[in-house]
Parts: sequence; structure tokens; C-alpha cells
Amino acid sequence: MKRSVSDPSEQHRRRENGLMLALVSPALLVILLLIVLPVGWLVWQSVYQDGFTLEHYRRVFTEAIYWRSFALTFEISLAVTVIALLLGYPVAYLANSVPKGWSILILSLVVLPFWTSVLVRAYAWLALLQRSGVINQLLRYLDVISEPLALVHNTFGTVVATVHILLPFMVLPLYATMQKIPGDLMQAGASLGASPALTFVRVFLPLSLPGVLAGCTMVFVLCLGFYITPELLGGGRTVMVSMLVSRNVELYNQFGAASAVAVVLLLGVLLIFAVVSRFVALDRILGQK
Amino acid sequence: MTTRTFGLGCAVAGAIALGGTAAAAAEQITFVSQGGAYQQAQTVAILDPSAKKLGITINQDSIPDAWPAIKTQVGSGKPIWDVVDTPTGYCLRGGEQGLIEKLDFSRIPNAAAMPEAYRSPYSISYEFYSSVLAYSQKTFPKDAPNSWADFWNVKKFPGRRALRNHPIATLEAALMADGVAPDKLYPLDVDRAFKKLEEIKPHITVWWTSGAQSAQLLNDGEVDIEMAWNGRVSALAKEGAKVAFTYNQGILQSTSLCILKGAPNLDTAVKFLNEAVDPVHQANLPLHIDYGPGNPKAFETGVIKPERAAQLPSEPANAAKQALMSYAWWSSPAGEAAEKRWASFLQK
Repeated sequence: MKRSVSDPSEQHRRRENGLMLALVSPALLVILLLIVLPVGWLVWQSVYQDGFTLEHYRRVFTEAIYWRSFALTFEISLAVTVIALLLGYPVAYLANSVPKGWSILILSLVVLPFWTSVLVRAYAWLALLQRSGVINQLLRYLDVISEPLALVHNTFGTVVATVHILLPFMVLPLYATMQKIPGDLMQAGASLGASPALTFVRVFLPLSLPGVLAGCTMVFVLCLGFYITPELLGGGRTVMVSMLVSRNVELYNQFGAASAVAVVLLLGVLLIFAVVSRFVALDRILGQK
Repeated sequence: MTTRTFGLGCAVAGAIALGGTAAAAAEQITFVSQGGAYQQAQTVAILDPSAKKLGITINQDSIPDAWPAIKTQVGSGKPIWDVVDTPTGYCLRGGEQGLIEKLDFSRIPNAAAMPEAYRSPYSISYEFYSSVLAYSQKTFPKDAPNSWADFWNVKKFPGRRALRNHPIATLEAALMADGVAPDKLYPLDVDRAFKKLEEIKPHITVWWTSGAQSAQLLNDGEVDIEMAWNGRVSALAKEGAKVAFTYNQGILQSTSLCILKGAPNLDTAVKFLNEAVDPVHQANLPLHIDYGPGNPKAFETGVIKPERAAQLPSEPANAAKQALMSYAWWSSPAGEAAEKRWASFLQK
């Protein structure tokens, strides 16, 4: 059957496409104005300063401190991601398996810290972890230790506080994925004679993996750009990449020097996405279809 | 647009036009400092009295770090600000880069009468603070540390230590710990300073980045001995914390006033500069905040009581115990190189 242009269904489809385009255009405009243009400007500044120059990149790739900062940032992000997964998975699992009322309570507790600023939470951790802090005092009172432990002003304190801040980004995608796993699959496993542990390992865990990957990607990428937490809890020695960015503005009085660091970090993140997407369809992770 | 909002728009436009002509008749400047309690203290002690005496309007703005804004404003060719109160190093660097006006001291007699070390072709010292050796009196009830050599002496003065995460003043302290006299520091022997810093590095618990952080560390007993700014330590002591500091071998630092190149109200700005460092206005500043006047003549006015003067970093007897920071050295190529070397020192 031939379809003419005046086919009503074709017309309808076109009208709908036009409408869709009209509806997404404000969002596209915002993305263009607030993301594409600034990032483009950032890249431009990193290579142009009274003429084309790769000086800023030469510095990033040849000076040891940059390499150390990038390595430390990736190490911290990896540690934070693993810890957040180990802590977050059981929480999401519990929220998924208890009755609705309880799961709402659990999820509210997970999201609650969102209402406190990152800065306030960093100071709260300082009050907990420092030498005269709650934890050290308690341990000394219980005679577990005789000298206060160095829990903060180092990488340890930074990791602890960062995990706390990023945990919801792990729990929420995990929970969303687990919600979509049909409960009867578990019953089917059990009816075929599998133990609860085996059903979990063979059925539930593989089906929750997209959530694991989504959570890990979110936490890892967000952690790469952390600034305030390492600045306040790192004791000056934990220099993450974002701190290099701000320091470079100060040190070189040129945005280009800082832009180059930011661009390298951005490329690093894109590279991670590219690698991850080889294993899992990214649109499925991010879109949660 | 409805008629009402249109009417409102006209009214606003009219008001702006009127305000513009009215302001053009009376002289005015825009003055920028760092905000907070510090800018409030200046407003009471210096800005309001100066405005009244000169019959000008002083519009105020504040920014924690003025340098990027100075670059952008002057770079655009049409700066909005006239006078900026900023760390002296920025005035000098700005002067070299053509961002700051060269001053004609014949028109600024109050500044011309100040010691030469307190001014530069581009800047006039406005207020003084000091990077001092501070300590907990709980840890050191008697036999308190009194020099940077004591800070480096971890056997005689055991305890946790903090330094600022910045080379300025820290390199000076290291050299004094190594035996260099406070008045013989410049040009800094950078290699020697970093070598001495390597020695103390394993004993530093925290490299602090903000003044508030340094105060918190000392107050909470996180560290027992540290470098801090005098105003932060005295504020803690006032609140009852068992902390103290010594001006001995302190590093006397300043912020300065300078004028943006091509400032819209250059003439009035120069008049204001002279008034701002007037000894009496300057003497009023330490009555409102723990900073010392930039003009040492303030101590001769009788406005500052002797017991108050003794607490201030720029009081002549206190100043004599300290090293006067050379911003000229820090904005020289050697100084900039030392600043860049800091990051690799810390991350090694």
C-alpha cells in the first residue's frame, strides 16, 4: 500500500515530531548555553593564549606533581566506589525486600543527608574524627587505645567523608534496579531446589548488575571532582585534581593553566565512560529503560 | 508588557538617569576590600570619616580575592572600581603588568611621610597583620616556644604542629629557624628554606589553608604549636581558649591600597588615598579590629592607648622583633618560582 504525503497518520506523526522538538528545545538551549559553550570556552583557553600553545598541557604531562595528583584522585575515587558499593548494596537490598513502609523509611534515611550542605558535613566529620573528637575519646574511654588515632587530616578522613556524601548515589540506582527484578524469579529458583544463597548469586546478583554499574559510575565520576572534602579533611597533603585546578588559577594567574587540568580530567572521565560502555549499554544505565 | 510594568520601567530608568547626574555632580569613588568584620571596622574607622571630610561618596564593594577581577576589569578597558585594598603583592604585580596606576606621592603627603619600606610606586600600606608562632598553653604551660628554632625543635617542644599550606611567610620562618636574622632574609635563599622545611615536614600534622582552620586546629587541641595570623589567635584567647602567641620572629605582612589603571574617578581616588592613611583615621582602625595601622604615625596620635598598642603587630617595639615581608621579592621572578616549587615540595 502506498502512503501519500497527505496520509493522515503520516501527518500526525510529523506534527508529533515537531511538537517533541519544540518541547525539548528549551532543554537543548540550556545545555548549549550552560554546558557546551562553557566547556568549549574552557578548551579554547587551555590552548590559546596570545596564540596557539600547548604549554599548559606540556606542564600537566611532564611535571610529576600532576601525575601524582591524578593517580591519587583515581585511587581515592576507586576506594570510595568500592566502599560505597559494599555499604550500599545491603542497604538497597534490605530496602527492596522489606514492606513498603519500611523501605520508604530506609530510603528517607539514605537521602536525608542531602539536605545538609557538603561543607557542614565535612565539619561534622572533623568533630567526629579529630584527635579530641567523639570517636577517639570513646576509644580512649573504653581503653581500646592509649594514644588518639590519626583519623583525619589525611587520605583516610577524606575517603570516609566522601563515602558518606556519595552513598545515596550508590543506593538509589541499586534500589531502582532491584525493584524491577520480578520476585517470582526468586521463587522459581527456590522451587527448583536452590538455596537462598545460590538463588541470590545465580539469579538476583546478575540481574542487579546494571544497577551496580550505574551506581559505581555515578560515585566514581562524582568523586573525581571532589574539592571541599579533601581540602578540609586532607590535611593539605591529599591534593586531588580539583584542588590543582584552583591552585593553578592562583599560581599562574591564567585560566588556561587551570583549564588544561580540567580538560585532562574531563577526557579521563570520557575515557572511563567509553570503556564502561563497551561492557554495558550506557543508555540503559543512565536511562533506566 | 502591561501598562503598569511599562510605567514602572520608565520610573526606574528615570531614577537611574537622575541618580547618574546627581552622582556626577558630587565626587565619588568605588572602594573595594575583603568584606566581613574587617570591612565593617574600616567603614567606621576610616571610610565614613574620610567621606565626610572630603565631601565625597564612597561606594563599597567586597571580594575575597580581588586579583582576577582587577585583571578582568582593567583588561576590558573600562574598570568600575577605583581603589582596592588587597595583599601588597598583588599591587606590585599589577603595577608591573600595567594594571595599577603609578602613584604621585607629592599629591599624597600622608603616604610620603611614611617609611619607604611601607610603600611602593604603586601601593601604600593600609593595615598590618602578622604570621606568628602560636601555641597551646595547656601543652606548654611554662617554657613556651619563642622562636622558629623552637618550632623546629621537636625534642624540646614535643607536640603536634601545623604550618600554612603556602610558601609566603613559611619560607621566611624556615630560614629564621635555620639561623638567618629577621632583617637579613631577602633575597630568600630558597634552596636553604626548602631544605629546612624537609626537616620539619614529617612532624607537620596539618598544612592549613584558611585562617578559620588554623584557629579551629589550635582551639580543638588538634595541634599544639603552629604558625597562625595574630588576629586569629587573639580572637581565640579573647573567647577564653588557653592559647598564646609571640611576636618574636613574626612575619609582618600588609594589605595595601592601590588604584586601578584607568580608574573612572582617578582624581578623587588619589585624594581618598591620602585621607585613608591619615594618622588619626589609621589610629581608629585597631579600636575596632585586631589589625595594626599601616601608617606608623598613628601610634603618635594618642588615640591608641599604650596597652592596646602593645597588642598590635605594627607597634614599633613589636615591629622591631619581626621580619618585614618583602612583597617586592615575592613578586619577582625568583619569588614566583618559589611559589610554584611549593606544590612539588608538599606532594613529594
